[in-house]
Amino acid sequence: MTVGITKIGIAEARAARDPAVLVTLGLGSCVGVCLYDRFKRIIGMAHIMLPSSIEIKNNSNRAKFADTAIEMLIKEMLGLGANKGRITAKIAGGAQMFSFKSANDLMRIGERNVEAVRRELKKHSVEIVAEDVGGSYGRTIEFYSKNGELHIKTIGHGINVI
Amino acid sequence: MTMDYQNMTSMQMDVLKELGNIGAGNAVTALSKMLDKKVNMEVPRVSILEFREVSEILGGAEAEVTGVYFRMEGDISGNIMFLLPVDSSNALLDMLMGTYRDNDKFGEMSLSALEEIGNILTGSYISSLSTMTGMNIKISVPALAIDMAGAVLSVPIIQFGHMGDSVLLIETHFFEGKTHVKGNFLLIPDLESFANLLEKLGVA
Repeated sequence: MTVGITKIGIAEARAARDPAVLVTLGLGSCVGVCLYDRFKRIIGMAHIMLPSSIEIKNNSNRAKFADTAIEMLIKEMLGLGANKGRITAKIAGGAQMFSFKSANDLMRIGERNVEAVRRELKKHSVEIVAEDVGGSYGRTIEFYSKNGELHIKTIGHGINVI
Repeated sequence: MTMDYQNMTSMQMDVLKELGNIGAGNAVTALSKMLDKKVNMEVPRVSILEFREVSEILGGAEAEVTGVYFRMEGDISGNIMFLLPVDSSNALLDMLMGTYRDNDKFGEMSLSALEEIGNILTGSYISSLSTMTGMNIKISVPALAIDMAGAVLSVPIIQFGHMGDSVLLIETHFFEGKTHVKGNFLLIPDLESFANLLEKLGVA
């Protein structure tokens, strides 16, 4: 059976039924949130850019922010028949690509994105079962509906399967 | 006052192109002096891109690139990035450092040389913009990353993401004859600076 591979671009989020592979290429300071209902094999991925939609005026793109994207993604998965109590999460990304001597808040954006994602998942009672976050390198992630595996590829930092 | 990129006139586009032209022209002259070789450049492109399209300009989100990143402040604020494919970075280092090049792929010497090249070129780019527009523009210290294009570009995109969903890019390519050094300047003015910039250029 051929499996459709769907690319999730920056500030996009999507859910899919089995068989499906959701992919994000070159994740940097953004965070890839991967949700899974292992029983129904429904997966969802969000490519989150910013921690919160609240302090931002132009916040019409809900997939851009941790708070609105996670809520939206869970809803979309429930719409496909997922059970909220069964959804678990794997997260990757949130790197600090550039090191500046003066570490201001804008430069710590990777870390802040990860913190926000953790907080939002907790709010929805979704457990994080595995993560590969931080560091100073980019990641390409592939999420498989057949087993919920998340494959993480890097340049010079190996391949990780969580 | 905020302004929407989508409503930009072709005249305004042309002026921004010219801005990229002058900035990059000056930078390419600096590079040419450094290498003691002739360096050519193409007419800049001005485009308004959705976030996800930005990383496509360098051969896809997974392509390995060198990025030297600066924050620009002053009369206009925004992000500026000097980008080159990783094989171009290597070629550039070989030309500049010759036998002094460290053995491992990108050792400390190479990284610091690339950062300095980025600094000199971006400095001349910005100083010519500043002279032409009469605006006071300062750039931060450089920061370097060698990684996937998508990851490197995520930094200026996120910064811009506070303001909108698409970015204005002034993109300039340059190349050095046989050795195919290709480089890009990405100038991403903040949304609130954009109207100011057009006004200073007399095309508001």
